[in-house]
Amino acid sequence: MIPLNTTPGLPPTRKKLVVVGNGMAGARLVEDILAADPDHPFDITVFGDEPYGNYNRILLSNVLNGTQDPKEIFLNPLAWYADNHVTLHAGKRATRVDRDAKVVYADGVEEPYDVLVFATGSRPFVPPIPGTTHRGVFVFRTIDDCRNIAAYAKGKKSAVVIGGGLLGLEAAKGLMTHDVAVTVVEMGPWLMGVQLDEAGGKVLQQTIEKLGITVKTSASTREFAADDHGAVRAVVFADGSEVEADIVVISAGIRPNKELAAECGLACDRAVLVDDTLQTGDPSVFGVGECVQHRGVVYGLVAPIWEQTKALAARLTSTNPDAVYTGSKLATKLKVMGVELASMGRVSDVKPTDEVVTFAEPGRQVYWKAIVRDGKVVAGCLLGDLGPADEVVSYFMTERPAPARRLELFFGSGTRTQGADFSLADMPDDKQVCDCNGVCKGTIVKAIQAGKTTVQSVGKATRAGTGCGSCKKLVEGLIEAVNGEVKADPSEGWYVPAVPLDKPSLVAEVKTRGLKSVSAVLRELGTGEDEKSKNGLASMLKGLWGTEYVDERDARFINDRVHANIQNDGTFSVIPRMYGGVTSADDLIKIGEVAKKYAVRMVKVTGGQRIDLLGIKKDDLPGVWRDLGMPSGYAYTKALRTVKTCVGSEFCRYGTNDSTALGIALEKTYQGFEFPAKVKLGVSGCPRNCAESTVKDVGVVATEGGEWEVLVGGAAGAHVRKTDVLCRVKTREEAIRVIGRFLIYYRDNAKWVERTYDFVPRIGIEELRGIIVNDSLGIVADLDAEVEKTAAAYVDPWLERDNPAYAGQFEDVRTVPLPMA
Amino acid sequence: MSATLARVPLCTLDDLPVGLGRPFRVGDTPIAVFRTRAGKVFAVDATCPHRGGPLADGMLAGDQVVCPYHAFRFHADTGACDQPGVCSIATYPVEVIDGAVTVTL
Repeated sequence: MIPLNTTPGLPPTRKKLVVVGNGMAGARLVEDILAADPDHPFDITVFGDEPYGNYNRILLSNVLNGTQDPKEIFLNPLAWYADNHVTLHAGKRATRVDRDAKVVYADGVEEPYDVLVFATGSRPFVPPIPGTTHRGVFVFRTIDDCRNIAAYAKGKKSAVVIGGGLLGLEAAKGLMTHDVAVTVVEMGPWLMGVQLDEAGGKVLQQTIEKLGITVKTSASTREFAADDHGAVRAVVFADGSEVEADIVVISAGIRPNKELAAECGLACDRAVLVDDTLQTGDPSVFGVGECVQHRGVVYGLVAPIWEQTKALAARLTSTNPDAVYTGSKLATKLKVMGVELASMGRVSDVKPTDEVVTFAEPGRQVYWKAIVRDGKVVAGCLLGDLGPADEVVSYFMTERPAPARRLELFFGSGTRTQGADFSLADMPDDKQVCDCNGVCKGTIVKAIQAGKTTVQSVGKATRAGTGCGSCKKLVEGLIEAVNGEVKADPSEGWYVPAVPLDKPSLVAEVKTRGLKSVSAVLRELGTGEDEKSKNGLASMLKGLWGTEYVDERDARFINDRVHANIQNDGTFSVIPRMYGGVTSADDLIKIGEVAKKYAVRMVKVTGGQRIDLLGIKKDDLPGVWRDLGMPSGYAYTKALRTVKTCVGSEFCRYGTNDSTALGIALEKTYQGFEFPAKVKLGVSGCPRNCAESTVKDVGVVATEGGEWEVLVGGAAGAHVRKTDVLCRVKTREEAIRVIGRFLIYYRDNAKWVERTYDFVPRIGIEELRGIIVNDSLGIVADLDAEVEKTAAAYVDPWLERDNPAYAGQFEDVRTVPLPMA
Repeated sequence: MSATLARVPLCTLDDLPVGLGRPFRVGDTPIAVFRTRAGKVFAVDATCPHRGGPLADGMLAGDQVVCPYHAFRFHADTGACDQPGVCSIATYPVEVIDGAVTVTL
């Protein structure tokens, strides 16, 4: 249909293909064209509104809740466009199309075309409610929206999401992680009105209310009220009631971006009209994605849009000139706020003659429903337990007759349900494994047979597992089934990325060659240079060579260069040591005076029982340290941080032993010890464990009878792990000694940035106890010697205040005047 | 912005620590000047376009500056960022003659 010069022997004529829109449809179309025919006859130009490459919009809520960095959700970085000879006008909005001259205009760019594709997507619908322009009112659609919401949410107390559809609930989930009370407001009588019926909506509501979200349905919003400074403060409803809202996120549906097409005279209804060839009214102009209406339907999910791009790519490249798109049957599996959900067809649309098959288990928030019309499944939703979802979806998609005993839809013809012994080998090849990217088992198996034996390489080859990632376990299982084993990525075992050696081999090589500086190691053994490798090598070499280590300051992160923690405004945080969290009136007065003298913006008590002075300028650091006259608390680096203690037997009526004295002694002994990751200690004076010793890297708990229990490998941060018991000892001195051995063994054997909570289970507590307590390797004497050597090498880094280690170490911006003209 | 370029004496080579950077403000323009371990001296914008990180406090990875905030990287020669969606930063020609460092901007 696109006339191309394909005469054999003649080079094909280059055609100009312009795609307006760089979202999930536009970019996918380009990918599909490249995949369909690497020698395709087009010079491709893409216009994108946002100044980025394209990203996976499905994962935006992860960006909002902080589980994924914006960097991780990009599908095609800007470089991908260049590598594939695709011209991308990022951040340029197409403003006009002249179909007679066949030219697209955008912000000073004129791009002529032979073939034009509209992939302009859609935009959030902002209902005409007064107050949508107040500060703190957001829509939720782009990466910038996420960033803006996250930044604004800091310190706020309450958030209201307008719209209880899929996207609204995703936004609510993201907001929960920002420590605000979240209310979801839905105009309809139940949540997710498109995918669920009333009973299902109520089940979902109960489940998410248990997570602490307030849900308000059948609620009509009258206005967003602002405070005196123009910032939103409440949502006001039609009945006059109010809900407090420091943030409002509007997620009230989307509207197709059809204006550009309409303005150049193309037929539009709710969206740009296209036929089964995805052509608009103009034979040179096509449309895909959320901006088009096909057979009366506008799609807003990714799967049908990808069917469209595939058909259009096949047509444009003539790899299948007859390819058509005849519409999609919508079946989706989702996870909303931890609730698993499958939905197909229109569940609310029940005719009097339909058979409705339901199963409910209210105790577990399980709800299954299928609508059977003329003997076939035409709609359904499953919530809470997706056991039979694949079966029901398969009846729906294939339109095959539903089983005569309708209960077999959910429970199979016998005991045949997908349980723990479900076999991957029995899975049919056309069974979809990756629901985000529509990848079937057969495709994945082919890739594995072609030699892709890591989850990452299968992902690269097939895209499976590169969306939400929830099918990675299945991919891993398939690799095991086909290949026998999953190959580990070899670089996973390396100590740092730039040197292809694991830690023991690296240590051996460094010792043999006598490499005492980071630059020497990189020069002799490295394959590149990056900041993580430099940091990791610096830490390792310092532990290895002690005083012989050649300390190159450019191998250190800024915090380790100026011995303070950099903050988001370029200033630093200063935390002096406060041994065991015990201080004195004189020290407190001194800290207070310093805070006044340097106009410290915030004085904060830390979680590790000490005092943080925040907002110190770089050139004030030496003065602050001098005036404090206290040693560095090492709060900025991978080293021994704090030893948290309870008051213990000195004051506490329950205390059985002197926990503060042991804590202070531990901190004085091991201050300045550097490790592959930070190390926090805790000492509790009785099993009530007020110093939270069971979630520390090393914890000590006093027991009735005067003994100390030594615990290792705990954590209570992003990762929570209870410690394992290493041993019990009778005296304070024994406790200090055994902890020193553990610390050195950890320092010398852990991978870079491996916390003890990973290290201890990796080695195994039995094995560790053998090595450290029972001396099974005969290295305890060496460990003790290493403790002494390291302790002897300790110098307070804050003494560099009088003797900077390099030019400009503690200097801020130097101002240089422009010469007189 | 003035159309004429100015060559501005900045500092001595010894003022620049090996493998690290230093921040300057030349007239109204904040810049970060680096001296690589291989001996190259270069100047770029002082601030990361992502979240305003002070690039002079960053580490070097070869000929790239790594922002200390979120590890976005910028190339010494082109100012281009390694991450999609982050615009590049300006670079400024630097000369070192007899241990004197000048920048043109």
